[in-house]
Amino acid sequence: MSKPTPPLPRWADIVLLPLINLLAALVLCGLVIFAIGENPFAALKVMINGAFVYQGALGYTLFYTTSFIFTGLAVAIAFHARLFNIGAEGQASLGGLGATLVAFAMAPIPGIIALPLAIGSAALFGAAWGIVPGYLQAKRGSHIVITTIMFNFIAAALLVWLLAGMMLEPGQFSPQSSLLPEQTWLPKIHEMLGWIGLKTTATPLNASFLIALCACLFFWVLVWRSRLGYEIRTVGQNQEAAHYSGINVARVIIITMAISGAFAGLMAINQIQGVSHKLILGFTAGYGFTGIAVALMGRNHPVGIFLAALLFGALVQGGTELDFEFTVITREMVLLIQGMIILFSGALAYMFNPPLARLLARIFGTKEDANA
Amino acid sequence: MTYALELKDVSKSFGLVHANKDIDLAVSPGSIHGIIGENGAGKSTLMNIIYGMHRADKGTISFNGQQVDVRSSADAIEHGIGMVHQHFMLVPTFSVLENVMLGSEGGLTLSEGRATALERLTHLSTTYNLEVDPHALVSDLNVGQRQRVEIIKALKGGAKVLILDEPTGVLTPQEADQLFEILKVLRDDGVSVLLITHKLTEIMDITDTVSIMRQGEMVGHRKTSETSPQDLAELMVGREVLLEVTRTPATPAEVRFSAKNLGYTNSQGVVELEDINFEVRAGEILGVAGVSGNGQTQLMETLAGMLPLTTGVINILGTEVTSADATSPRIIRDLGVGHIPEDRHTHGLILDFEARENMILGFHDSELAGSGKLFDYSAIQQNCEDKMAHFDVRPSNPRLSAKNFSGGNQQKIVIAREFSANPGVLLVGQPTRGVDVGAIEFIHKQLLELRDAGCAILLVSVELDEVMSLADRIMVLCDGQNVGIIDAEKADRSTLGLMMAGQKAEAAT
Repeated sequence: MSKPTPPLPRWADIVLLPLINLLAALVLCGLVIFAIGENPFAALKVMINGAFVYQGALGYTLFYTTSFIFTGLAVAIAFHARLFNIGAEGQASLGGLGATLVAFAMAPIPGIIALPLAIGSAALFGAAWGIVPGYLQAKRGSHIVITTIMFNFIAAALLVWLLAGMMLEPGQFSPQSSLLPEQTWLPKIHEMLGWIGLKTTATPLNASFLIALCACLFFWVLVWRSRLGYEIRTVGQNQEAAHYSGINVARVIIITMAISGAFAGLMAINQIQGVSHKLILGFTAGYGFTGIAVALMGRNHPVGIFLAALLFGALVQGGTELDFEFTVITREMVLLIQGMIILFSGALAYMFNPPLARLLARIFGTKEDANA
Repeated sequence: MTYALELKDVSKSFGLVHANKDIDLAVSPGSIHGIIGENGAGKSTLMNIIYGMHRADKGTISFNGQQVDVRSSADAIEHGIGMVHQHFMLVPTFSVLENVMLGSEGGLTLSEGRATALERLTHLSTTYNLEVDPHALVSDLNVGQRQRVEIIKALKGGAKVLILDEPTGVLTPQEADQLFEILKVLRDDGVSVLLITHKLTEIMDITDTVSIMRQGEMVGHRKTSETSPQDLAELMVGREVLLEVTRTPATPAEVRFSAKNLGYTNSQGVVELEDINFEVRAGEILGVAGVSGNGQTQLMETLAGMLPLTTGVINILGTEVTSADATSPRIIRDLGVGHIPEDRHTHGLILDFEARENMILGFHDSELAGSGKLFDYSAIQQNCEDKMAHFDVRPSNPRLSAKNFSGGNQQKIVIAREFSANPGVLLVGQPTRGVDVGAIEFIHKQLLELRDAGCAILLVSVELDEVMSLADRIMVLCDGQNVGIIDAEKADRSTLGLMMAGQKAEAAT
């Protein structure tokens, strides 16, 4: 047997390890960019400028961040119950459907009622799409990974059927619905800043960013301050002990998947009520899957998830800029960079754990063990 | 004479735990040799050493007088050792034949290997009455048949020593009888059978010689014809008395907790509890004794609502619970039952949670976690600090994860939590397992105090001394049945030993 690894101090696990993972991914990408004949540092500069510095860049970055926060929270809450929800993509699609259907039904009703109802139904539809796999896991033992993946396909097929059929905008050839009633649109942040007299560049960033921040706070209170959150964490840590203590394990699994689906469903309001104002096929753009990497990198904590979502938002926005500025760096290269970061902070998240832990143990001696 | 298998001075430790210590063992050819001991006595480790799955730290192993170095199970098989594991190692979606030929598939195509395997399989099953259809899917077979496939697998390489690890744990009595018939045929054919078990009746029924293990050591070798179940039981559980508990006689009051005709059959259809009847009065401790694995765990878990009753009625402080009622640990707890589970790591604690969070496990809906809708961590902290002080938990740091406490202090956390709820009925399982001597004394004192305060306590322990020194009356379980209930004053080791072997109380006294 190999020698056991000393435990990693908490601060290193939360701060240092993700930074090292990020750095490793960037170094590898830099080598690739160097290999195709570009200057990696120039490329990095363009990415950072494109994501944060250019006019309106931050707005775009935060717009993408919003989507990633929702899907990241969705994956994280399920993970607290040791459920691997791969279905955020499908739950978000259903959320979009819910928001659209209710928005259309609300056509004659004022925004003060219609807007929250549309938002609520996005969460509700997403929740419903999470409950079914949750039920199957809890009562039938069907593995949640398999069922949520299958539900992604079912959701995609359902949206194709609806958007190419009864929901297709008349006279339109691409699969999308007609425009939602205007009172169900979410205000843009630059509009809201305009109300108090601040002039900023118009960007797609909209009020759902604020909802995402509230969702982060809600997540924290739910997991670490509520009785339900305690049950979720207990079920996640040890189902046997949860059963012993009188917790209804099946019920907690189903509720957790409902909450997870609701978070994922809310991602749709950012895209649909915030920007496109119609349901477009494929609007989820794989962000549901990115949510897995966001949750992993964010260590299932809302603060971490916000930071990870910001990073991935910056990658999407800065990557687009990279595509513009360099002729040899194409859209595919940007996907490579994102993929590397997902690889290092997701799949290989703990690759550097043992050497780092040994290094820190050597530097700090055994003192860390005492207060571990 | 040459032994089929001989071990000398074999030792093995895992970290600080001595799983096996200076083990000597000799098995004659053509005999059935039993190895008996409680769970955790080190039987399985020893078998894994013989079978090459663990390497001994020191000592020698010889087969037929030849000292060998067994580095892997492949080595063991080559030396003629076959093993049937407690948990079967079969591919359920393969046929019997395909399972048997695993590891000896032959050349590029399967046809040759299949033909030889079929021939071997037919030969073995006719010689030893191992009836099984070679073309049936393993997933379609019942447990007894699967075990036969395992035996054929073990024998196919011409094994001269066959190890069976707790073979009857999953079998019905009829299947077990069939297995024993097969083992006798094997023995008469010159195979040495090593039977690992903790059931005394099996040893007495079938073995020729028996070795007894306790806490990693070999404590005796006997000829089965020259020993008695009582003798074996005493050797198995015969720990030296750790301490004397000073206690006053019980003053039992009204019946608080009773079971009538209680039975539990598991999902595989094996009857694990049958016709259990008892009453526990306020202010008394009913001890449950028995060799571990004779239904104690199932008894605790059915009483606590963790397993459903199959038959019978439980009466808790006047409320009746039957198999028809939907029961759950929550419902039982709300009726006023405290439960200190046998295995604190699996059930009693969330090891990665802080002590203060563990102190509200099962009570997170109560005032202990704060009076409002959300958790009040100052209340949770206060609750934990109070209980840690009262039950002397060290270190008294509510923020420390449960896994960082010693076994005794972990147990004190569970005890503090369950005792403080002031239960009318308390179920206690193995309260001092893996607990240091100082904590044992403290825990025993606390249990007696709770009894004197009028609680009805059911105490399950595999430590005979613990049951004898704490309980007012003792119920003995054997094979999931209640052998009898006797007064603790009248109980002595030999009486209990006989009862643990399944002899009724009338005959024993």
